[in-house]
Amino acid sequence: MNITLRVWRQKGPDDEGRMATYKLTDVSPDMSFLEMLDVLNEKLTLENEDPVAFDHDCREGICGACGVVIDGEAHGPERTTTCQLHMRSFKDGDTITVEPWRAKAFPVVKDLVVDRGAFDRIIQAGGYISAPTGTAPDAHANPIPKPDADRAFDAATCIGCGACVAACPNASSMLFTSAKVTHLGMLPQGQPERASRVVKMINQQDEEDFGGCTNIGECAAVCPVGIPLDTISQLNRDLLGSLSKGKG
Amino acid sequence: MSVNDLYIVGDPIRDEKAPEGPINERWDKRRFSARLVNPANRRKLSVIMVGTGLAGASAAATLGEAGYNVVSFCYQDSPRRAHSIAAQGGINAAKNYRNDGDSIYRLFYDTVKGGDFRSRESNVYRLAQTSVEIIDQCVAQGVPFAREYGGLLDNRSFGGVQVSRTFYARGQTGQQLLLGAYQALERQVAAGTVEMHTRHEMLELIVVDGRARGIIVRDMVTGEIETHFADAVVLATGGYGNVFFLSTNAMGSNVTATWRAHRKGALFANPCYTQIHPTCIPVSGDYQSKLTLMSESLRNDGRIWVPKKHGDTRDPRQIPEDERDYYLERIYPSFGNLVPRDIASRAAKNVCDEGRGVGPSGLGVYLDFADAIGRMGRDVVKAKYGNLFDMYQRITGEDPYEVPMRIYPAVHYTMGGLWVDYDLQSTIPGLFVTGEANFSDHGANRLGASALMQGLADGYFVLPNTINDYLADAPFETLDESHPEVVAAKEQVTSRIDKLLSIQGSRTVDSFHRELGSLMWEYCGMERNEEGLTKAIERIRELRAEFWRDVKVLGTNDELNQALEKAGRVADFLELGELMCIDALHRRESCGGHFRSESQTEDGEALRHDDEFAYVAAWEFGGVDSKPVLHKENLEYEYVEMKQRSYK
Amino acid sequence: MANSTLTKKRSTAYGSTVALKAAMAVTGAILVLYLIAHMYGNLKVFSGQEAFDGYAHSLRELGYPLLPENGFLWIFRVVLLASVLIHIYAAVTLWARARRARPADQRYKVRKRVVRSYSSYTMRYGGLIILFFVIFHVLHLTTNDIAPGGASDSPYERLVRGFQPEFWYVTLFYVLSVIMVGLHLRHGIWSGLATLGANMSRRQGTLNAIALAIALIVTVGFLLPPLAVTFGLVS
Repeated sequence: MNITLRVWRQKGPDDEGRMATYKLTDVSPDMSFLEMLDVLNEKLTLENEDPVAFDHDCREGICGACGVVIDGEAHGPERTTTCQLHMRSFKDGDTITVEPWRAKAFPVVKDLVVDRGAFDRIIQAGGYISAPTGTAPDAHANPIPKPDADRAFDAATCIGCGACVAACPNASSMLFTSAKVTHLGMLPQGQPERASRVVKMINQQDEEDFGGCTNIGECAAVCPVGIPLDTISQLNRDLLGSLSKGKG
Repeated sequence: MSVNDLYIVGDPIRDEKAPEGPINERWDKRRFSARLVNPANRRKLSVIMVGTGLAGASAAATLGEAGYNVVSFCYQDSPRRAHSIAAQGGINAAKNYRNDGDSIYRLFYDTVKGGDFRSRESNVYRLAQTSVEIIDQCVAQGVPFAREYGGLLDNRSFGGVQVSRTFYARGQTGQQLLLGAYQALERQVAAGTVEMHTRHEMLELIVVDGRARGIIVRDMVTGEIETHFADAVVLATGGYGNVFFLSTNAMGSNVTATWRAHRKGALFANPCYTQIHPTCIPVSGDYQSKLTLMSESLRNDGRIWVPKKHGDTRDPRQIPEDERDYYLERIYPSFGNLVPRDIASRAAKNVCDEGRGVGPSGLGVYLDFADAIGRMGRDVVKAKYGNLFDMYQRITGEDPYEVPMRIYPAVHYTMGGLWVDYDLQSTIPGLFVTGEANFSDHGANRLGASALMQGLADGYFVLPNTINDYLADAPFETLDESHPEVVAAKEQVTSRIDKLLSIQGSRTVDSFHRELGSLMWEYCGMERNEEGLTKAIERIRELRAEFWRDVKVLGTNDELNQALEKAGRVADFLELGELMCIDALHRRESCGGHFRSESQTEDGEALRHDDEFAYVAAWEFGGVDSKPVLHKENLEYEYVEMKQRSYK
Repeated sequence: MANSTLTKKRSTAYGSTVALKAAMAVTGAILVLYLIAHMYGNLKVFSGQEAFDGYAHSLRELGYPLLPENGFLWIFRVVLLASVLIHIYAAVTLWARARRARPADQRYKVRKRVVRSYSSYTMRYGGLIILFFVIFHVLHLTTNDIAPGGASDSPYERLVRGFQPEFWYVTLFYVLSVIMVGLHLRHGIWSGLATLGANMSRRQGTLNAIALAIALIVTVGFLLPPLAVTFGLVS
């Protein structure tokens, strides 16, 4: 396959940035998208041109490090992570536009690399259960109905890649935050901190300059692990519950 | 070049911290004899943690809760991305919730036997004891383990053991355990007990007056070389499987932190022990950057075969039953497709070497679900393995419900690592090593679902109960950047970076890494022999020289420079690779993941030589292009009788 | 990048994006209920001038003598006005936050819609059009300051005169605005329900169907009277 790439190049946080165009020949349809970028980088290096920086690590779709906007869609045309997207999803002769996640809360570090530290800080604000090491009762002390455990699990599979923010027209991180609120809120261990957790996490989310949710669903539609949209409604219920109890 | 010219034999080494007495009392004994640090004094002490995987995040969170000042580092953009996240299968624990005869003793026994009698009894017993607490801890944190309809935890049998002791969270156990540890870590970050530095890579260890006192790191965004001091340094930096270039490790996984410590005097134990996992998706082309594991559980229902005829390129569905060789079922009639990982891997290599491999590269065997689909129906197969099938289809573009999957072994885990004593302290006082980065618990082969167990045992329960014995002597002398050792360490880091950037040769970093990887895979992979290893050592030395002459790294240090990061890591792999080959060459026996073709039984099975090699090979750095020094730690088995494994 | 500093400027969540959204949802619900009642009244035009004017007059006396004449109407107007103001305030605040969340220099060069509905695109600018229309609409049919075809004390007369064929542009503006209201409701009702926590996995389709149904009914219900006038079915 022959591919034309339009890639966002930005030397650093203060650089203005621009699109650059590269042509690649002999792209195999079995290559992953990131392997195609590897090939581009090998070529650029040998031509004495700075290789394109992009985040990636496990390349198995689970660590959440990779993620670029491909032809206007977060992680590209398939519902998976960028590392699991393969070139067979494109056609010979295609022009592919590659851009970084775009949000004020995710400033560009270089080229396609952004800083997602805001997600860590949302977790710091309350995305945990306080269970100091050694204090735990026996694991069977607290049976959990399977449907609750399953729903907690569905929400817990979030990989923190940030595609939801990238795809949201408001650059909102509601799906990320609500996934954690739902995961912990479905479990009996998560109840003592439930009312305060959601308040702290939402405050931090606003503090990071993420936008608000308008329920249009782009986030869940691009989510590579299928975090359900209704987790957002669950967060809303929890938050409004906290507010109405005066715990806001 | 003879084997003995490659290294020097030094004094034997002993684990001085391991308590004696009945095995089930040893951990209690050590916890009691270890000196404690008064809570008020903990605030005055600091600990550096490198790595935020299971072993790193759990330890950082626990030490932070205890009141120490923890400074944590990871090279990823968030601690949550550490590669523990990719572990699929599960975590073992001797809970005996199934009432199927499991016990701490049985888990201990299985692990020692599975490690082919090359691990320490004391350590393994402690691991089995601690396993029970891990599950409690994780559940309390909200890890959503699989549950049954009654609301209790589900277990499954894993890795060929006869009891069901594996706890799991679908195929994402590592992810869920890591997120639990990550959340505990972030809680401490918010509480101010842990200071987190992401996108920072450790490039050197600072040793002052014989103690590990800090590290030199590079801020991967700005390129700034920073110095951090502490009273103790903990490395939880994972394994070094990426020396093979292609492995199931994350792209960034590297040996640099442990290798730098090794160069500063920490012994490196059993570097040649590598686990090769039999069920990975085969390589599809030269551009391949990594290999993807598929859960071993597939072997429960899938049948592995190759065509009987050499070079048979027919569509597998067209090959009649009597022209297929179900070689595992043929050679190992009692275990069949469920033989342990090392045996399944080597058998696949053998049939491919015979020219009967399948797929475009000839490096693959079929894993066929046609019988399973016929027997259980497509829906049942889908319910059991649907997500794995989807993953396979996404990567290969083939539908495994219709066409047999192709699999091939891939490097997965490294049992070797920095030598540590019972306290997890390396040979450098104040330098502790946890998780896959140390060598301690798995011997020559790791059982399935035991890596997560060891990482969390070390991080939550072992290290926080042993490091205090060392810190009881702290605080140590206050250091500043003008100390000669610090200046020297920093100078070493900057001059190395300058050197890498100044060569401006003609080959990319990846091209060297690929070449090193293929050498390692060819000669130090599933099957090793004297001739191949000797050749590999020569080639690695040449390649290392060529690297320092001809590598091409563009850009500067003062920016995010991924090629520069990689170059530093590959430079260290080029030194490690040689040591792995020397270790493999000196160990003239087959054990666990290490198979020497010179040491096999008449029917081609691994043959151990316990009289000669029942020891841990701990290597001291002798200088680049100089001979490493071998220190042997004798292994004694008081509880488990040493036997030859047999799966026929 | 050390990220150990958590800023704690916000101590309560009463001004959070979610709380603002909830305020929009509640006020939106009040306005939707009003619209349905208003539409019911409008349809009385088909029962003739007497029924229509009588109905309009009865609104002034609703609650009388418990309330003074026009009392109910004024309470109603205050509630509506407050709802509109809160709705707009929250919308503008959230709009500003959304713009700040992805500033102009960080827009994508290429953008692709994945699942979002067309109606969700129209919420903000559509809302502005609706606001403009409401002002015009009050001036036209309530206060009668704008009176195409001449002023009248009879609401029925105002309606019939205002939508005569020669004032096709009035009708056209009205039709477009009502369609805009329909689109606004299509997404707004779904979004409001989700914001108030009503969305659960199996309900998502139902909630969207409810939103679509109400939006369609309201749109058609409001379009019928003026179009009937324009096409001479009501005179």
